Amino acid sequence: MNEMNENPLDILPEVMLAASAVIGLLLGAWLPRHRQWMVGALAVAACAAGIAAAAVAAAGPVTTAFGESFTVDPVTGASRIIILAGTLLVLGLAIGPLKANPREGEFYVLIQLATLGTLMLAGAQDLLLLAAAYLLASVPAYTLAGFRKDSAGTEAALKYYVMGALLGVVMLGGITVLLAAGRATMYPMLRTELPAASVGLVMVGTVALVAGVLFKIGGVPAHFWVPDAVQGSTAPVAAFLTTVPKIGALAALYRLVAVPLADTSIPWPDLVAVIAAASMTLGNLAAFFQQDVTRLLAYSTISQVGYLLMPIAVVGATDLDQRALLFYLAGYTITNIGAFAVVCAVPHARNIEDYRGLARERPVLTASLVVCLLGLVGTPPTAVFLGKVQVFSAAFDGGYAWLTVLAAVNTVASLFYYLRWIAPTVSQRSHRSAFTGPRTATGVACGAAAASIALGVLANPVLELLTTPLAP
Amino acid sequence: MLTALILLPTAVATLLLCLPRTTPRRLILALWTATTAVELALTMTVWAGYQPDGAMQYETHVEWIPSAGVSYHIGIDGLSLPLMAMTCVLFLACAVYALRETRRVREFAALFLFLQTTCLGLFAALDLILFFLFFDLSIVAMYFIIAGWGHTAAHRAALKFFLYTFLGSLALLLGFIGLYLAADPHTFDIVELTEENPLSGRSLYGALVLLAIGVGLAVKTPTIPFHTWLPPAHTEAPTIGSVVLAGVLLKMGTYGFLRIAMPVLPGAWREYALVFVVVGVVSVLYGALVAMAQTDFKRMIAYTSVNHMGYILLAIGAAAAVDASAQSRQLAMSGAVFQMVSHGLLTGALFLLSGVLYERGRTYEMTRYSGVADRAPVFAALTGVAAFASLGLPGFSGFIAEFQILAGSLGPQPVATGLALLGILITAALLLRAMQQVFLGPTRLPALAPGAAKAFPDLRPHESAAIVPLLALGTVLGLLPRFVLDVVEPTSRTLLELLAR
Repeated sequence: MNEMNENPLDILPEVMLAASAVIGLLLGAWLPRHRQWMVGALAVAACAAGIAAAAVAAAGPVTTAFGESFTVDPVTGASRIIILAGTLLVLGLAIGPLKANPREGEFYVLIQLATLGTLMLAGAQDLLLLAAAYLLASVPAYTLAGFRKDSAGTEAALKYYVMGALLGVVMLGGITVLLAAGRATMYPMLRTELPAASVGLVMVGTVALVAGVLFKIGGVPAHFWVPDAVQGSTAPVAAFLTTVPKIGALAALYRLVAVPLADTSIPWPDLVAVIAAASMTLGNLAAFFQQDVTRLLAYSTISQVGYLLMPIAVVGATDLDQRALLFYLAGYTITNIGAFAVVCAVPHARNIEDYRGLARERPVLTASLVVCLLGLVGTPPTAVFLGKVQVFSAAFDGGYAWLTVLAAVNTVASLFYYLRWIAPTVSQRSHRSAFTGPRTATGVACGAAAASIALGVLANPVLELLTTPLAP
Repeated sequence: MLTALILLPTAVATLLLCLPRTTPRRLILALWTATTAVELALTMTVWAGYQPDGAMQYETHVEWIPSAGVSYHIGIDGLSLPLMAMTCVLFLACAVYALRETRRVREFAALFLFLQTTCLGLFAALDLILFFLFFDLSIVAMYFIIAGWGHTAAHRAALKFFLYTFLGSLALLLGFIGLYLAADPHTFDIVELTEENPLSGRSLYGALVLLAIGVGLAVKTPTIPFHTWLPPAHTEAPTIGSVVLAGVLLKMGTYGFLRIAMPVLPGAWREYALVFVVVGVVSVLYGALVAMAQTDFKRMIAYTSVNHMGYILLAIGAAAAVDASAQSRQLAMSGAVFQMVSHGLLTGALFLLSGVLYERGRTYEMTRYSGVADRAPVFAALTGVAAFASLGLPGFSGFIAEFQILAGSLGPQPVATGLALLGILITAALLLRAMQQVFLGPTRLPALAPGAAKAFPDLRPHESAAIVPLLALGTVLGLLPRFVLDVVEPTSRTLLELLAR
């Protein structure tokens, strides 16, 4: 504890992203409006370099940085790569619509800062760092939600902010209680201290802490911001908000239950299982009759959280949990951003009915949409299918057979609304509205669809990498 | 070899989609037909090289996702080979029948070719995940065929079809995961699971897994009470969509019972065989009775499928009675496989004929037609042949299949078999009544859209070319069944040995 390990090279991806955000901010202040894209290019470079650095670090031994408050282990490594890849895709989506926007540079900087916060969430091994990461991941995101400055955007930002601020405070309270109970904020120390502490205290602290994490995940009951924030913000921002922060927060929750809460007597597996069940069911039910495609996708992401929480409920009860979570996260990130990319590619189509006849006019884009939506359902051979098999196996093996059955039933239910979106694309169109939009978004959609299938088919090397166990 | 057989249609489908939009319709249709013909030829080559000894042949086993216990494992035995051949025949017939198709031909052909890959792949799959992959993709392809080329209410029917069969597939997936976790080391490989018999002695676990797999396959088969998706899907699907749906896709369910449920879960299967017998008999009787109540020609045929699939369930349930004579169980098993092939051919022909009827009169309502035999004698004659073959008249494949099933099941399950016999009577009655309604009596045709009201032309060459071979094959199988039974019987013996463990 005394010898502070502050080697910044261990957190090279984070450092690079922070540097790029700061440089981008300065650069943005000097560059003329039509050259602001350079800030974006810098962000892309930082993300790409970050992925490379994360891959190198993941191949190395497990280390910790900054006095053991940040850990670089397989979960961090995989999360880093997924987060940065997701951010790259979102940047790809943003390039077209943002061109020559007066605040183009700021957008890229905010995205990078939110991503940085998410990266910290994924690796945090200390409750205080977790709180700091939460704030860093949230505050830029509030701004992003209201980036358009119209009434819908303002409402989105406000709802998002109020929920985030409230649950953030609750989370800080929880951290305080856990500090009181365990006399530490470091996970490894909490692991030894918490089992001996008062159960009531730990219980209250855990619930309050998880509330904040759940806000970032967008899971029930902290999901109220999701549909409004997603509908109100621009489509690239919506893609970001529903994907990237989730990755970090789920990794954080995984680490929480795997280390500090592992030996406590509080029934966290049941708690997580109930949240998972509620998320998938409520998300699905609410998505059923949505007409607005972004709102539909918003509810779909809430239901996806349910599946993502399943492996967390069985941490320690099976050896399939970590691999299942990380693989599902990777598949979900690609597929969900791919679906949002289709929305970006045809910005004038807001409602399901507006997609009527898309198949004839944009066959490749329609194919991407079908692959992404069926991918979200879990149709083989997409990545999410294999993720689902993993997640179901993990939950089944961990003794949560009822949750597995519920998840299967929910999958069928989710099919209904995804098909409501797919069906009009293959029918004859009744009225004319141009299916035009940024080419880059189409490219991202096709790329994501292809990647989703590729990851499903060539899953073996990825799965093997993800099986390496977590540092204790 | 087998891989090429499975993937060739998809390769051609990709090629079709890459062709420019201005490609002439005829070229696309010719390509489609040629591909299905090549597929049939390939299957025949495989058949010629097949040694009928009941063992797996033409096996390919490649590591795919070893860390998840998934491999690319395909192979064929006497159970899958006849079904694959039947699949290729039906797809060729569909392609020939569709030679006059005009609506979005490129996509239509591509979807059908893709569907052919999924069907052939499923019958060859020896890995549960591979099986599931083809199972699900066949649903996806069929959804787009129904939704994109179906009749007026196609969207609802397609949605219903997708939701129901997908629910089934997820139940199936749960069962597969149950098997995967029970095996040590964890694996999805059917051959390994069959050898290992991982759930022997764990009766509750085995029962639950069998329940999940049973429900999944029962939805696809379909049996009572999971059949409700079938009539609308059939009624709304385009003609050749119905042919594939009834001829091939329904067999995926029954095939799954024989390939997975029976050999991997022998203990549970023996214990709950009576459930399958009961469900089978109820399907037989209920399917026949409801078919009798239909006035819609296509819907009626759809319900007879429920009836015919019921026989298969009865047979495989009866075959589980270990104390009965080996010979009768063997007879029932072979009959079940034979029924799958026979039903595929005959129902395929019937659906094609119903398509002809619709094409001429724009309705399936039987009461709107009368005395059609006057105008279209060949059509009437072929429908007659198909109906008689379907109701199990001696000399046709349906007779051999039903005779084997009933003769084989009578020993182990006398009461159920007696009841199932009534089903034949009812189907005979309803098919004859339908024939009488449509073909005999004074000529009366539905009033049509202006311009086409008068004529009811007889079969066109491409229609005959699609229908006649199916019926001819049905007759050949009825007269000379040995060449199929020689392939089926060793495998059904192997299956019964596996079941007796």
